[in-house]
Amino acid sequence: MRNNYSLIFITLGLCALIFGAFIGVLISLVYINPEFFKDVLPFNQLRPMHTTSVVSWIILTATGGLYFYLTRVDKIKLAFPNLARAHLGLFIITGIGIYFSLFSGNMGGREYLEYFPLLTVPILIGWILFGINYFSSLVGKVKDWPVYYWMWGVGLIFMVYHLSEAHFWIFTDIRNDYIKDLSVQWKSYGSFVGSWNLLVYGTAIYLMSKIKKDSNVGRGKKAFFFFFLGLTNLMFGWAHHTYIIPAQPWIRYVAYVISMTEWIIFANIIYSWAKSLSSKEKKENALPYKFLMVSEIWVFLNIVLALLMSIPTINYYTHGTHITVAHSMGTTIGINTAILLASVSFIISNLYGKVDVLKSKILRIGFIVFNISLLGFWLFLVIGGIYKAIWMSNPENVVFGDLHESSNSIFITFIFFGITLFIGLFMIVVPMISKIYPYCFMPKDEDED
Amino acid sequence: MLGVLVCLVTIYNIVLYTQDTDRSSAPLMSESAMKGEHLWQSNNCTACHQLYGLGGYLGPDLTNIISNPTKGREYAKAFFNSGVKSMPEFNFSEEQKESIVAFLEHVDRTGIYPNTNAEFGYSGWVAIEYK
Repeated sequence: MRNNYSLIFITLGLCALIFGAFIGVLISLVYINPEFFKDVLPFNQLRPMHTTSVVSWIILTATGGLYFYLTRVDKIKLAFPNLARAHLGLFIITGIGIYFSLFSGNMGGREYLEYFPLLTVPILIGWILFGINYFSSLVGKVKDWPVYYWMWGVGLIFMVYHLSEAHFWIFTDIRNDYIKDLSVQWKSYGSFVGSWNLLVYGTAIYLMSKIKKDSNVGRGKKAFFFFFLGLTNLMFGWAHHTYIIPAQPWIRYVAYVISMTEWIIFANIIYSWAKSLSSKEKKENALPYKFLMVSEIWVFLNIVLALLMSIPTINYYTHGTHITVAHSMGTTIGINTAILLASVSFIISNLYGKVDVLKSKILRIGFIVFNISLLGFWLFLVIGGIYKAIWMSNPENVVFGDLHESSNSIFITFIFFGITLFIGLFMIVVPMISKIYPYCFMPKDEDED
Repeated sequence: MLGVLVCLVTIYNIVLYTQDTDRSSAPLMSESAMKGEHLWQSNNCTACHQLYGLGGYLGPDLTNIISNPTKGREYAKAFFNSGVKSMPEFNFSEEQKESIVAFLEHVDRTGIYPNTNAEFGYSGWVAIEYK
């Protein structure tokens, strides 16, 4: 069957976002009604469905975008189109396997990788196939790579390495030493997120370059400086997740120094780009531009939070609280999702050959609801985290149920914003799916370009 | 530049993977503790519970539940088979409960969380207390 694999990746990503957001609403309700949904699927199976779906949204949509930009926009002929189809097929089959594993309760139980561990093997094979295709299509054929090609290529290599590293617990030396195991596990997660950030931020710089119709956006010294800074953070800046575990102090010192450098250059690049954009370019790319601007606001909010959390004295109080969740929500929804929705909007405009194809009242309202809800959701997670930090710092507070009960009003508020966030996303994503889906199985194939 | 970074991270990783966490007083994990860890993971306990503040937010952190004078191993065991409303209805055998306790005992011996005797420096650094 002929297919447009890049668009199928993206459609599946959009479906994963809606499904993940819906499951997110279900799991949040357990906070105020402990037995909610327990007979159908208990919390320990529901939560990984949420995290897996949301991570899948980022991975699938970034991947689909890369295939689309290479073949449809940059007109690069893939060296092995069949490998791209195999990549898609592997991810679809593995995705089904992951949901089956979580639904049946046959889990591996490592945070964020809770599915049956052997399912990582086909995921790794999929990434390796993608890497072979990517480098075979570009190396020696495209000269003077812009920074986003480097970011995507290096991101792909590190995805393979850090996903493998997350399974180093299979080695006895690591597994037998709980602290080392915990350190390696969270190191791999920090770097794994850094790897997908390279794919997503590379996409953001690519979009800026295309919207501005200026290839220098991805070739400036500042862009390359940011790339190396991000890469250094990916490699060494992970340990602020684990300041509090009794690992070797030098690991924590290195992380403290490195993590202080994060984010700033990226915000600077977006700011400079937006300032230099003409009103004609903004109007022509209204939706991608709006989403990129939203991601800029979230970059700034998360700069503040991430920098504060990276100071050990503050991290001592925020660690293990909902402030950590606010940070991950701010980055995955605020930054990554906004950039990827900009990417999808750009791709839809490209498919239809006109810029106003997504112009609708529903989408406009959805955009506003999404942003207000996310801000409320984020703020109440921060408030919930501060409340828990204060509670934990009082040695007289020992009964966890007391904390849970006294946090009820905070939970209710962030659940409310969680529901409206889902509604906002639904209003944005469904029109996007309806525009992309008809192109998924059209006769024209990427490798014909 | 890329080559330098890759060399540095290779050295960093090798040291990290091979260096012992010798400041921990915990011995290597026993066979029973490993069985307990397997049960902990296959039931995805981390969806709700934290160890060293890492994990879910629905239930309490269990890093030092065993050495906590007001809780301890019997208290922990009593909760394993559906101790509270939000917990799934587990059906652990006595042997399995002992294994999970052995795992939690091992974790408990590795360190302290929350690290209430940590010392705060003016540089923003926190010197944590090791067991």
